[in-house]
Amino acid sequence: MKLERRLTQPWWLSVAVPVGSLVVAFALMGVVLALTGHSAWETYRKIFEAGFTGNGAMSATLISATPILFTGLAAAAAFRMQLFNIGAEGQLYLGAIGASWIALQLGDRDVTSTPVFAVAMCVAAAVLGALWASIPGVLRAFARTNEIITSLMLNYVAGLLLTYLIFDSSSYWRDTSTLQARSFPQGKPMPEASNWPTFGSSVVVPLGFLIGILVALGLWVLYTRMRFGFEVGVIADSPRAARYAGMRTRRKILSVMALSGAIAGIGGASQIGDFTYTLDGSPTGLQAAAFGYTGIVVAALARYNPFAVCLVAVLIGGLLNAGYTLQGPDFPSGLVGVMQGIILFCALGGELLLRYRLRITRVRAGKPVAEASL
Amino acid sequence: MIVLAQAVLYGTPLLYAALGELLAERSGVLNLGVEGMMLFGAAIGFWITQRVEGSTPVVLFLAVVASAIAGAAMAAIHAFLVITLRANQIVSGLALTIFAGGLGLSAYVGTELGLADLPATHQFRDLDVLGLGDLPLVGPIVFDQSALVYASWGLTLLVALYLGRTRWGLNVRAVGEAPASADVMGINVTLYRYVHVLVGGAFAGVAGACYSLSITAGWTSGDTLVGGAGWIAIALVIFAFWRAELCLAGAYLFGALSALPFALQARDVEVAPEFLYALPYVMTIVVLVLVSTGLAKRRLGAPAALGVPYVREER
Repeated sequence: MKLERRLTQPWWLSVAVPVGSLVVAFALMGVVLALTGHSAWETYRKIFEAGFTGNGAMSATLISATPILFTGLAAAAAFRMQLFNIGAEGQLYLGAIGASWIALQLGDRDVTSTPVFAVAMCVAAAVLGALWASIPGVLRAFARTNEIITSLMLNYVAGLLLTYLIFDSSSYWRDTSTLQARSFPQGKPMPEASNWPTFGSSVVVPLGFLIGILVALGLWVLYTRMRFGFEVGVIADSPRAARYAGMRTRRKILSVMALSGAIAGIGGASQIGDFTYTLDGSPTGLQAAAFGYTGIVVAALARYNPFAVCLVAVLIGGLLNAGYTLQGPDFPSGLVGVMQGIILFCALGGELLLRYRLRITRVRAGKPVAEASL
Repeated sequence: MIVLAQAVLYGTPLLYAALGELLAERSGVLNLGVEGMMLFGAAIGFWITQRVEGSTPVVLFLAVVASAIAGAAMAAIHAFLVITLRANQIVSGLALTIFAGGLGLSAYVGTELGLADLPATHQFRDLDVLGLGDLPLVGPIVFDQSALVYASWGLTLLVALYLGRTRWGLNVRAVGEAPASADVMGINVTLYRYVHVLVGGAFAGVAGACYSLSITAGWTSGDTLVGGAGWIAIALVIFAFWRAELCLAGAYLFGALSALPFALQARDVEVAPEFLYALPYVMTIVVLVLVSTGLAKRRLGAPAALGVPYVREER
């Protein structure tokens, strides 16, 4: 068996490989399930029903898909430049903090127009998310500090900040209006008009999901049709060539990190506007879902293509949704994470087939007799 | 004084994990799955203490061995993906953390085996070596620690000698710096990389056991058990310029930072606990910045082939 580097990639391969990876991942997961005494077939049937075909399942899946659509796009935007922003988790928290702040402020000023709320929340969230992402961005650009570790450390800091705002301070976000709210800390409820609208009846599509698709479209235009994206590609493939061509690498690092953080931030705004309607600071709320890390799985499986991210987000969203619905003795809590990991491993392994051609050569009596290429 | 003894306690898992990561990185493989390997090692180690009957030292020894095997098993996935299948090392490491971590395999195994809220039956106790634990100053720090701590000192020495003074160690460094040249010299690059990634994973597994068998003695679901220590260990390797002996010093520095919140809390410092808990993370960033600005020009110590897959046909 030999591996040969491919000079050209047939177009169908970039579809076949991710799909094949998924199939292999589910087969491997079936082995894990069987080994731990669960029926693989039965589990998959339940996942499919709870995630996609069941009554109202698709609407619930879109709810799970929305945040990971944003974090997936955030990861895709940065990873394309070999800039490993793992801080989407924290940037999403900061987005949620910003969006809830502006919503409460506008509520105090008796604004009642939902579009005004939605736009203001997205802008505030994008700004805060971008600022938070700029910390590792600036450090990477000017001090060459490894952005993987700094962005990850900031996730923990952002989580603690969230807990602090709701649990350990009398911050602007915390509800202290009633005795009950004072003894069981919780965030202020958002004004009614700040709740984002939904669309459709049989399948309910949240506004956030639509914004996510718009962001994906924008990202695609930016990365494939504009100079910005071309330079990002050159810097990713060869930083030295980019420098000789006079591209401003530092400036690109700063803007890509900020862009990535802004997208993750809008994901936080969508959490507030679409689903929770309050800033949830508890360790079992926003922080338990690990949207940021799941976004990396989504982006990698989508091979950093924005449109594929939309599709994969729905797929993984269905898996997450099924995980919430089915959680119990037949469906232990870590199963969804294990599945995500296996899917990602298979997607990574599958990359090999995209870049290389597998040539099986049978050598008999020193002469190649049969040759088959895969 | 208590703080310094605590620094050693909290620094020990960092030391194990950093030494493991050091071995993997010296052979040219970056493994960002440390956090996941630690969490899985912690769960398996604790499970063994619950299942195996026997005297405490025997049980704990078996538990640590099991943790090491668990960590190595996780590392094997990463090794196969990045060495044999030439996958991106950064994404594969992240995948390993997601797969093995607090929302993945360790939670799955922990729930399936019913580990949560079980009382610890065996745990590492401080050994009062030579009865010197009561000595002022050095007593609690040097002579009143658990076997895990003393073993970690031995291991640091071993790794430092291995990398600096043995033929194998020199070969590892060659593989990490210039795999093509090493290959020409007849060194099996693939084998060296596999072995060191696996041994690194084993160390990370032991690091996880430090938490579930010593520091908190028990298992909790989620990633709070290890709480980012795996990532701090990766930062520590950079901080230590890829040298084993500096890992020791760095581990206790970061250990002190991790212990600081608890020490300050015990003294009723008038600060919200979240700010104290955030200290180790913020300080990791600060230290990393200091190290990277000062020596950015020469990238002191970093193996030249770190993160680059080796393909003989494409050298």
